[in-house]
Amino acid sequence: MGSFQYLLDALTPLNLLFALAGVIAGTVIGSLPGLTATMAVAVLVPFTFSMPPSTALIALGAIYTGAIYGGAYAAILLNTPGTPSSIATTFDGYPMARGGRGDLALTLACLSSVVGGLVGAGFLLLLAPPMATVALKFGPVEYFWLAIFGLTLIASLGEGSIVKGLMGGCLGLLLSMVGVAEVGGDVRYVGEFKSLLGGIDVVSALIGLYCIPVLIELAATPVRHLQATQQVAGFRLREAFGILQRSKFNLARSSVIGTVIGILPGAGGSIAALVSYAEAKRISPRRENFGKGEPDGIVATESANNATVGGGFIPTLVLGIPGTPPDAIILGALLVQGIRTGPTLFTQQGPIVYTFIWGLILATIIMLPVGLIIGRFAFRSILAIPKAVLVPAVALLTILGSFAVHNNVHEVQQMVVLGVLAWGFAQWGFSASPIVLGLILGSIAERGFVQGHLIGGAKGSILNEFFGRPISLAIIGFIILGLLWPLWIKRRNRLAQARHG
Amino acid sequence: MIKPISLNKTLAVAALVAATTLAGAADFPDKTVNYIIPFGPGGESDISARLQEPVFKQITGQSMAIQYKSGAGGAAGWSQLNGMTANGYTVMGTNLPHIVLQPLQKDVGYKTDDITTLYWFHYTPDALLVPSDSPFKTLKDYVAGAKAAPGATTLSGSGTNSANHLAQQQFDKLAGIKTTYVPFGGTGASNAALLGKQVSGSWAYTTVQIQLGDQVRCLAVAMEQRHPKLLNCPTFKELGFNLVGGAYRGVAVPKSTPPDVQAKMAGILAKINADPGFIQKMEEGGFAMLNVGPDKMGSFMADIKSRYEALAKDMGIVKK
Repeated sequence: MGSFQYLLDALTPLNLLFALAGVIAGTVIGSLPGLTATMAVAVLVPFTFSMPPSTALIALGAIYTGAIYGGAYAAILLNTPGTPSSIATTFDGYPMARGGRGDLALTLACLSSVVGGLVGAGFLLLLAPPMATVALKFGPVEYFWLAIFGLTLIASLGEGSIVKGLMGGCLGLLLSMVGVAEVGGDVRYVGEFKSLLGGIDVVSALIGLYCIPVLIELAATPVRHLQATQQVAGFRLREAFGILQRSKFNLARSSVIGTVIGILPGAGGSIAALVSYAEAKRISPRRENFGKGEPDGIVATESANNATVGGGFIPTLVLGIPGTPPDAIILGALLVQGIRTGPTLFTQQGPIVYTFIWGLILATIIMLPVGLIIGRFAFRSILAIPKAVLVPAVALLTILGSFAVHNNVHEVQQMVVLGVLAWGFAQWGFSASPIVLGLILGSIAERGFVQGHLIGGAKGSILNEFFGRPISLAIIGFIILGLLWPLWIKRRNRLAQARHG
Repeated sequence: MIKPISLNKTLAVAALVAATTLAGAADFPDKTVNYIIPFGPGGESDISARLQEPVFKQITGQSMAIQYKSGAGGAAGWSQLNGMTANGYTVMGTNLPHIVLQPLQKDVGYKTDDITTLYWFHYTPDALLVPSDSPFKTLKDYVAGAKAAPGATTLSGSGTNSANHLAQQQFDKLAGIKTTYVPFGGTGASNAALLGKQVSGSWAYTTVQIQLGDQVRCLAVAMEQRHPKLLNCPTFKELGFNLVGGAYRGVAVPKSTPPDVQAKMAGILAKINADPGFIQKMEEGGFAMLNVGPDKMGSFMADIKSRYEALAKDMGIVKK
């Protein structure tokens, strides 16, 4: 399987050139708020039509992986996820940047992304056919419980008050219901606004909820955006490697979580990063620091979201079912190229597939130097640009980004309205993340619930459908663990204090 | 101070306008045509447009810039179509049953007759698929199974009130059975449920059968004749059920596009559809070719509309 012959095929100058160009293009597009990995791949797909199939695939894979990594820049430097996959990177990335450790955060993000990307691609290379079955074991009910598990993270993320977090989550759930229901077709909360028929777009909500409050704060206060450290010297590579060495279990666990969630069509990078963040926080001895600039948080989210790239290709190539939205576009591009994905792809088109997988691994390795250099450039630029230029420039980007979602002004309006609301809520101590979690997970939970209900009803027992399947029960176990764990920790601390006192 | 515009200038502008309108049809197209897909990239509409693009370039020497304006199941794009520049350089993909069913259900900002479709160029015929190890070996088994336990047979499909949903409703009526339709967020999710055996089968398209290969078995397709690439799969008609249809895709222009430009564009689309290389690629992908140009458009739409409207009434989805 995946013999080294194909590695040599992947190593042609042409392939390397496109891998390099793809990573650079992807990183830059992904770093701009609103321009997601999906969009990066969609925009650049036409350029690959004239290439040989494996080169085209390598270029698309490189763009994709670069874009997922690039999303970390905006998350760390502007508190705005560049792509939905880097939502959880804002939790610790931005506090690190505010604390003068932005350069370290960027280097960590790069290293973790490369490791995560390699783990995901490694699974794709070695274990794709057996792992693809994971995608099939997940039915509607499992997605429902996975989404509920994600919602419980609001309580355990513990940014500020839990009650406010839950209120934010409920607001997000309400927002997720706006528009025509995906299953059922009912029209909800649209009123007189036809433009709401399509619902609230996640990407424009992300930009509004995260970026607009930052912009308003920047414009309203005289302090510099980020404080430069005394020596804005290097990549802080030694320090970053030290952290990775210390967090190797976190790195490995998050990469595997990312790969597995990437395999699930209908989950995606944002959920992969959130789940590994929550797990890292639950297990870490430094859990108190999470959310305040803990490097382990970045290690978890960035390794997980890049692992979804390789993971997502597993069902795409093995089953012909796209694991993530960008995979859907790549699948379409393959079809235009005349390549049929699916079970026969690995046997009949082995050379193309394995050359591509090696190409993806090479692109991920190329991301290391490229990412470090672009990251340093981005960091220096954000530091050097005066606020009077930075704020309008980012404001323009937010509008371009939300317009680009559907080439439509409606998303820009949504973005601005949500942004101003988020700023207002922030004054009362509400943070954006629970709202976004509710928005993303609400539709997944609703879909899973309705479908599970229909299937259970047809089978004759709805309860059995929801509580009688092994994977569901395992997720329910994690939900209970996730909810009780903070209480248990609190109790243990109280007991320990009582003993000391 | 506003300077009066000189007469010369006015005349020059007028001449220019006249020249461009007159030259419109003769030189059309002399620049890039924007081809708007009202869905996201990667779907059947996108793929078939991308297959049309190189042939368009071959025929006209101009390229097509494929863009996406997705939202509300296509309605976001269609509701804006007639407000776009009507010079032939903006065209948009249209889909059936979407443009008939959406305005019937609710106010989506456009009416079916607002959409000026020039050409329906292909359709993805409905296909009833089951996992390859399903006990349903034939359509007969399927009907017998559904009759034995009404409502217990579950079928995945993409979306509510979609082409897949319509096919399920139509066939249930024709065969006198009752099945449970489970809507999913898209073809990908519906396929995953099918392969994972979360459902007994799936109402999908011929394209899905080709994509999933022998992981699934095709019980029947809703075509007049068997699909050239799926000769093992019988048609519903052969088996005694009059079910022909699927999701149709066409190209539309803003309503006020000059008639001669419309005619020329329709002619180009017909030429693309006659290109052997294009036909081959489309059929390999599982699409079925269709040629409904301006001459047949009126009767085709009238027929489709009356059929869908009757169905929509049966399904109870027509807005009050």
